[in-house]
Amino acid sequence: MSQQNIEPLDVAAIRDEFPILEREFDGQQVVYLDNAATTQTPDAVVDAMSDYYRRYNSNVHRGIHHLSQEASIAYEEAHDRVADFINADGREEIIFTKNTTESENLIAYSWGLNELEPGDRVVLTEMEHHASLVTWQQVAKQTGADVEYIRVDDDGRLDMDHARELIDDDAAIVSAVHVSNTLGTVNPVSELADLAREHGALSIIDGAQAVPNRPVDVSEIGADFYAFSGHKMAGPTGIGVLYGKQELLEEMEPYLYGGGMIRKVTFDESTWGDLPWKFEPGTPPIAEAVGLEAAIDWLEEIGMDRIQAHEEEIARYAYEQLAAEGDVEIYGPEPGPDRGGLVSFNVDGVHAHDLASIMNDHTVAVRAGDHCTQPLHDKLGVPASTRASFYVYNTREEVDAMVEALDDARQLFS
Amino acid sequence: MGLGSDMYRQQILDHYKNPRNYGKLEDPTFTHVGENPMCGDEIRMDVKLDEDEETIEHVAFSGDGCAISQASASMLSTELAGTSVEELLEMDRDDIIDMLGVDISPMRVKCAVLAEKVAQDGAEIYMGELDKEKTSTED
Repeated sequence: MSQQNIEPLDVAAIRDEFPILEREFDGQQVVYLDNAATTQTPDAVVDAMSDYYRRYNSNVHRGIHHLSQEASIAYEEAHDRVADFINADGREEIIFTKNTTESENLIAYSWGLNELEPGDRVVLTEMEHHASLVTWQQVAKQTGADVEYIRVDDDGRLDMDHARELIDDDAAIVSAVHVSNTLGTVNPVSELADLAREHGALSIIDGAQAVPNRPVDVSEIGADFYAFSGHKMAGPTGIGVLYGKQELLEEMEPYLYGGGMIRKVTFDESTWGDLPWKFEPGTPPIAEAVGLEAAIDWLEEIGMDRIQAHEEEIARYAYEQLAAEGDVEIYGPEPGPDRGGLVSFNVDGVHAHDLASIMNDHTVAVRAGDHCTQPLHDKLGVPASTRASFYVYNTREEVDAMVEALDDARQLFS
Repeated sequence: MGLGSDMYRQQILDHYKNPRNYGKLEDPTFTHVGENPMCGDEIRMDVKLDEDEETIEHVAFSGDGCAISQASASMLSTELAGTSVEELLEMDRDDIIDMLGVDISPMRVKCAVLAEKVAQDGAEIYMGELDKEKTSTED
């Protein structure tokens, strides 16, 4: 994507909206580079949630009174706002869950356990997050379906020839990450969705690392399902989204039962309510929905194309600074349009956990571990990696602070 | 300087760079492998008991891991020689932190106690007091 006409972010002004970024430990200001795990929350979102609790906290749907009306309208309209944000057809296609993992599980329980048969193929990728990998692996065990993984090549990209081999008429489900949380790879999800459709398989895209930092249009992508989390996109924890095509959701049975999702209940039978409420039993995350809507407003005010350009720029800078160090191994594709805003790496002779501890001495917050992609790390031949991931408020100076900390690690461990 | 640097005192780095008793025993009385799921570190502990089936004669460890988990395994392997299975089972988190002699930041405690947990689970399985399927350190 051309970035020439995109106005750069006013990062200083953006940072003013995040008091947490002013925090100091041992007199050093925090450098927050753990955004792929969770992003920080701007005042606008905190204020919206606070306003909900201060002014119109109430349970939704059933209440006749004023407060419940206000809460119900806010909660329901948050679905409309999300639908508009990702270009779904309407609130019927937007289910609020707890997080991306629960979104994956909803499909697995509601569709997978009921529809998969022995001999069906579930096609995942080697770069899947455990959210879908573990879920489909277990559903396959219960149903007798087979799981196959689309290979990741040496450059950290999906081997699409292998994808075309695996996605044949035996394929029942294709589930892939839009952006890898470990490699940063931006996958050709529209192509995967097309392949799935041609062979009668359902397609699921895990967009947890994509929706926060780039324009996402689910109609253009064409997948049957698309999942993401609020807390990775400047919103609150406790809310995730599952987009699903309405005709599919209509056919699917709910997997969580209870109040709020029914049409009629007798001692013997129950019938289900309309979409999306059929999949949202019990008291839902109301304040979180209000917060998610505020986060979307906040992101769109900045502009998703500008956010994407900023992330690509910072990630490119980080990649280049790290690559210039002779003893750093970086995973995933080189900077470019198919790389998102994170960099995972290892320093020769230093375990990722030790490196993260030493970076923490410099108040640089990074993540070390397998990032919920253990099989991918096995394939890379390392037990763990250190990951720096960026967002709208990160600067080149913060990348420099991280790179400087590498010297301390070398001194200790050389 | 924060906790991190304090963790990497000379003794820790020495055991990490020059691990004692690294490798596998030829005829261990019991062996157990465990992982720290937080970081994927894996440690194998081999323990050889004396003829009294009580005294620990020799301990060896192997596997990959961070400086804290590797140094802890190395120090534990020397510490345990000459003690008893009972003493091994009585060890707790604080004993390990005392042994390491440094402040361990809260998120790294699991790294520090991995070797101890693996050795203890191995001992309990050996004594028939623990079902292998139910160990917190999976094999």
